[in-house]
Amino acid sequence: MTEETITLEVTRYRPGHDREPRTESFSVPYRKDWVVLDALNHIKDRVDGSLTYRWSCRMGVCGSCGMMVNGVPKLTCSAFLRDYHPGPIRVEPLANFPVIRDLVVALDDFMEKLRRVKPWLIRETERPVSEGEYRQTPAQLDAYKQFSMCINCMLCYAACPVYGLEPAFLGPAAIALAYRYNLDSRDEGYRVREPIVSDSVGVWECTFVGECSVVCPKGVDPAAAIQRSKVAGAKDWAMSVLMPWGGRK
Amino acid sequence: MSPGKTMEPFWWSLFSAGGVVAAFLVPVHLFLHGLAVPLGWVSVSHARLLALVGQPLVKMYLFVLIALPLYHWAHRFRFILEDLGLHGLRMPLAVLCYGSAIVGTVATLWVLIRI
Amino acid sequence: MSEARPARPGLYYPKLPATWWLRRPGYVRFMLREVTSVFVAIFLVELLVLVHKIGQGPQAYADMVAKLQSPGWIAFHVVALAFVLYHTITWFQATGVVQVVRVGDRQVPPPLVVAGNYVAWVVVSLFILYWLLVRS
Repeated sequence: MTEETITLEVTRYRPGHDREPRTESFSVPYRKDWVVLDALNHIKDRVDGSLTYRWSCRMGVCGSCGMMVNGVPKLTCSAFLRDYHPGPIRVEPLANFPVIRDLVVALDDFMEKLRRVKPWLIRETERPVSEGEYRQTPAQLDAYKQFSMCINCMLCYAACPVYGLEPAFLGPAAIALAYRYNLDSRDEGYRVREPIVSDSVGVWECTFVGECSVVCPKGVDPAAAIQRSKVAGAKDWAMSVLMPWGGRK
Repeated sequence: MSPGKTMEPFWWSLFSAGGVVAAFLVPVHLFLHGLAVPLGWVSVSHARLLALVGQPLVKMYLFVLIALPLYHWAHRFRFILEDLGLHGLRMPLAVLCYGSAIVGTVATLWVLIRI
Repeated sequence: MSEARPARPGLYYPKLPATWWLRRPGYVRFMLREVTSVFVAIFLVELLVLVHKIGQGPQAYADMVAKLQSPGWIAFHVVALAFVLYHTITWFQATGVVQVVRVGDRQVPPPLVVAGNYVAWVVVSLFILYWLLVRS
């Protein structure tokens, strides 16, 4: 009895050889418990060892395996073949990023933006270790917890048309992370992050398309973080105009 | 914090305020003046309307109703054009859109003052 | 504006076409939402002209109402009403996401914030109808 198969149409791109990406079709076994990542691993193991792509944990926590599946940014470890049956399934590199090879994209821009928003606790005064931990109530944790779930998978950047049109845009994940730290009761770095977040290619570039939050595999809701940052930014601007001598914090 | 760094928060605030006014007030007015009155479902005498628009409070209401959402349109329209690929024309688009809203505001003031 | 990054050799840089918004239903809904602002603006101009005509006397006002009775204008207003209602709906939806309302220590659940907006909208609309049509 022949096993049922499903077709994957996978983007191939060899730097130096190909001027443009092209599509190659592969027939893989259709297994009900397989995800697209399993199919890609099958291709690499059994059919074409040169197929190049990123993956790691295969359980949706590392953020490495983000790709476009039928035009939608997804973690391929969470995209079940049965949801795309009978196929064919189009697998392309993550949108809005330069392609290095096949399904691998260049992460440099995102990494730089991540660093730029200083996603760590910033203190005006560090307390000595002898004074103990910075304590936090459950309510204080709830204030930012949702936005701390980001796994840096960049699906939101692939879904964001503003980032696609304007690569200088700071982007959903970076702004959501800045927001997460601004909301953390232990953090005192709002003023430090403000010029970066409130830059013209920061929050103000966003037109609230909202697709970033739709594709986020962790429910971070970066769109909400950005719009709330706009409200905060507008208040800051108004205060700076009405009271230029005063300073918050 | 340097306020002069970018005027975006200012335009966004106007966009927001205009959006609230548009959301709450435009549907009922459009229904009234665009459908209910022309189709004869309701009737209002000209005398009553003239008396209404003569009142200072009504004039202020009309100013907010007409002028503020113009900035909502200006900001959204500017970004529609940018999102359709005209990103490079950021400055001219901003001047065109916000400028139109400012012209509309002046026109609104002119009409309301003269009644 | 975008800082020109020197393109690295060998990398393929994809370009987003101007028709990007047709690719996903979420994008189309977004564009429709943005376009509502155009119908709002057109109506605002119309309203200004109407107020101006009111000031110009009963004949000028009656002429304008007569113009608005044409099938073309009625059709336009039906379409425009649909669009401005879509603005109201999407705006209240956004308010639920953007506006964090706190009562004491707890956050008001977003659906309640949205519902509150709808209630206020109905109350305001009824009040305007009452003020214009019932009071004399």
